[in-house]
Amino acid sequence: MNMITKIPEAAAVKAEILEKYPAKVAKKRSKSMVVNDPATVPVVQANVRTIPGIISQRGCCYAGCKGVVLGPTRDIINITHGPIGCGFYSWLTRRNQTDPGEVGPDGENFMMYCFSTDMQDENIVFGGEKKLRAAIQEAYDIFHPKAIAVFATCPVGLIGDDIHAISREMKEKFGDCNVFAFSCEGYKGVSQSAGHHIANNQIFKHVIGRGNTRPDGKYVMNMLGEYNIGGDAFELERLLESCGITLNATFSGNSTIGAFENAHMADLNVVMCHRSINYVADMIEKKYGIPWFKVNFIGAESTAKSLRKIAQYFEDPALAERVEKVIAEEMAAVKDASDEIRPRTEGRLAMLFVGGSRAHHYQDLFRELGMKSIAAGYEFAHRDDYEGRRVLPTIQVDADSRNIEELHVEADPAHYAPRKSTDEMETLVQHGYEFNDYDGMMTEMEKGSLVIDDISHYEMERLIETYHPAVFCAGIKEKYCVQKMGVPMKQLHSYDYGGPYAGFKGAINFYRDIDRMVNAKVWKLIRPPWLDTPQITAEFASA
Amino acid sequence: MLLRHTPTEIKEREALTVNPAKTCQPIGAMYAALGIHGCMPHSHGSQGCCSYHRSALTRHYKEPVMAGTSSFTEGASVFGGQANLLSAIDTLFTVYNPEIIAVHTTCLSETIGDDLNQIVGKAQEDGLIPPGKRVIYASTPSYVGSHVTGFSNMVKGIVRGLPVKSAAKSDTINIIPGWVEPSDMREIKRLAKEMGVPVTVFPDTSGVLDSAMTGHHEMYPKGGTPVADIVAAGANKHTLALGAFASEEGAKALEVKCGVPFTTLDLPIGIAATDRFIQKLSDVSGKPVPESIADERGRLVDLITDMQQYFWGKRVALWGDPDQLVALSEFLCDIDMRPVYVVSGTPGKAFAEKMKKILADIPEAKCKNGASADMFLIHQWIKNGKVDLLLGNTYGKYIARDEATPFVRVGFPILDRVGHSYFPLVGYAGAIRLLERILNALLDHKDATCPETQVELTM
Repeated sequence: MNMITKIPEAAAVKAEILEKYPAKVAKKRSKSMVVNDPATVPVVQANVRTIPGIISQRGCCYAGCKGVVLGPTRDIINITHGPIGCGFYSWLTRRNQTDPGEVGPDGENFMMYCFSTDMQDENIVFGGEKKLRAAIQEAYDIFHPKAIAVFATCPVGLIGDDIHAISREMKEKFGDCNVFAFSCEGYKGVSQSAGHHIANNQIFKHVIGRGNTRPDGKYVMNMLGEYNIGGDAFELERLLESCGITLNATFSGNSTIGAFENAHMADLNVVMCHRSINYVADMIEKKYGIPWFKVNFIGAESTAKSLRKIAQYFEDPALAERVEKVIAEEMAAVKDASDEIRPRTEGRLAMLFVGGSRAHHYQDLFRELGMKSIAAGYEFAHRDDYEGRRVLPTIQVDADSRNIEELHVEADPAHYAPRKSTDEMETLVQHGYEFNDYDGMMTEMEKGSLVIDDISHYEMERLIETYHPAVFCAGIKEKYCVQKMGVPMKQLHSYDYGGPYAGFKGAINFYRDIDRMVNAKVWKLIRPPWLDTPQITAEFASA
Repeated sequence: MLLRHTPTEIKEREALTVNPAKTCQPIGAMYAALGIHGCMPHSHGSQGCCSYHRSALTRHYKEPVMAGTSSFTEGASVFGGQANLLSAIDTLFTVYNPEIIAVHTTCLSETIGDDLNQIVGKAQEDGLIPPGKRVIYASTPSYVGSHVTGFSNMVKGIVRGLPVKSAAKSDTINIIPGWVEPSDMREIKRLAKEMGVPVTVFPDTSGVLDSAMTGHHEMYPKGGTPVADIVAAGANKHTLALGAFASEEGAKALEVKCGVPFTTLDLPIGIAATDRFIQKLSDVSGKPVPESIADERGRLVDLITDMQQYFWGKRVALWGDPDQLVALSEFLCDIDMRPVYVVSGTPGKAFAEKMKKILADIPEAKCKNGASADMFLIHQWIKNGKVDLLLGNTYGKYIARDEATPFVRVGFPILDRVGHSYFPLVGYAGAIRLLERILNALLDHKDATCPETQVELTM
């Protein structure tokens, strides 16, 4: 076992890493690498431009909008307006599972399809509006979907195609198909994060509030920022159902546009991935009076805590009792798995550099395995995801963020209905509730751990060489570099085609996968035996 | 049903591509650049392009794929990407120390009109390119052609940047292998070695995208064509361009620049195309074909004669890249299979003409390529007339499952199986492996679905 007896000191490691950079680069990167102190929580530079050529994990605005937020909704036809690549690369590669049921009118599922206008040079020169209009018409004629969404790629913004006007026009023309567009050109913002925001805005403007159906059930809530990678949403649906909690809409794992349209009919919004969806939570609260709070269903303890928090919000002892029963039942298996596995993982090191919430959430699972998250960071998060929402007023809005529309939302005169009175909210707050809040990653990380935003490939290699973690978590681009270094690498975007990892059963899956990864025999086979066998030149005595 | 909305009735589409049988230029340029030893590919555009290309190549090869990006922001998109590229060149050389950087454009930088020649010149003037290091580049607009065009354009970029003209010619033969797998490039080199012909294969991703596990991550793995060898390619005797779409333009550029004559051949996939490759290699080098290669060929023919009952008359649908499809279709015809549906998203009249000849004896065959030729169309064709076998990239698995049809993965990308980077498709040995996989797919399907009374012990 590669146990580290003495962990290198973070400040020294940081200084050594920065040495190699040109002075300007070092100065900039220095602000994005901080040694954590959970008590004081230092400022970490985040959501700023990536230095060209540094080799970043980040993707683009389009990826955050089309790939992340809208990708998992099965009954919208998502048309990428642009050359073929963007649509091609986002075709099924995010591993969002969905369950449309049987083929039939309610079983619409376009997720296996990739739709694109496949712009050619003449469309760039003379404009692509005509082709887009025709493509929307063809999609409507062939598939008769409930909704068509249009996503702009880089050249579309430059040549000035008015995708919104065309969408409006086609929506009016069809009458029975909602058509809306996203100006999510890849160059906007500094990462996928800008795309999340744009997706949130357009869903809020064009979809949420169009329905008026409330599902049957006493406790009706929405789950925001859960994308059903590897079946996470399926597992949470099962869990909530067994607790008697009714899930109205999930943004956006295993989702349908119909559920989005009715999102304002729920009584609570819980937020999983704060980064990608907090805007929708805020806007729904302002317009419809539905409170939101942050939950985390990654980790058995966190899942139990989150379920209790939901139960307490609805202020019904019967619900609380039922939730406790479910937790007790589920925790029995979790404990068995943990008792078996933890001795093999205890004390080992993990690093997590991924996403906008996973690098935080998954630390809970490593804690349950007795592993220490020695360094972590996000790919596209903002300061509030690191330091907590209390720093929001102090975040300077730079030119890259200013270009992303900030919707002005007011209470809806007809549909605004506070789900809790001011007094009720206050009582809950007194009981420890933090509404509209997220404490961020750093308050929960140990003193002296390293927090690095938008880690570069070079920084990643140096960290691994210095700390020799037992497992490193990131994405597909990092996967095989890390493994070439002899360190098991867990993908936390795709889960390496495993999962689910959410909820209690998910925790057990994760324990088993980490146990398998860090204890696999192959890591001992890397060095050929002859390198450790002195070559013997036999000399035969001539007799 | 996974593709439950694909109707049998075919409606003409002019604007909407559904389930494309191609992707965009820059990924091909990145792949080609990885075939130079010590090279850092660089994507001049938004960082999403680079991220998508690295991810797609990584998923296909299960190997590290390193590349830089100019990380365009809205500002760069308005004012041009020069500052970003200069900064990237500086950062890449300082932090990652490549021997050479190969820059390609994207739809964004092309639409803005960034001039790589000028920017790279500026980098040189500003002293950002350390002595002995190089920056080459290619223009690869995503809205023209396909990923194959991007590969071809980067090969042209390599030729523009590296080979030097020489009056004296060596005995070495250049081979531009086309967009094939590392295993294929390794096999092409093995065949040349077996013939005793000295060759420079470029680009060559063997040893780069099938590198060994050592406990270290090598930024620049052992493989790839050394820059010095490509520089010397201008002094070589002849160039064989394998695959007209991926390789001919590069070979032509080398002839214009350095006076190296070239011959364009089909990719050596299958028996006839491999015969032509071996024959040509023998012709241009003056080396006879050794018995060992005749033996390899003999083993392939032996397999076909033994197994021809399983191939005869089987209807095949295939999609992918033109160079592969041309060679595969010819091979399928040679073994009496019937390539009835062929689709490529890559445009080009030459493909349609070539396929017309190959499919001359199959009147029911349909073939389409270009912007609106996609996997949705080939699926609709299949719904209108079933096939016995699918040959194509991983995205075919959805059709295969819905239509309960045997499926052999060939082409790019293959995301859900291994083997393509280790075992070649080219040459006689590659053809044997392809036939083995076709037979396995057909017979596994039969074993799993035929009436119990008809389960055969022996083939």
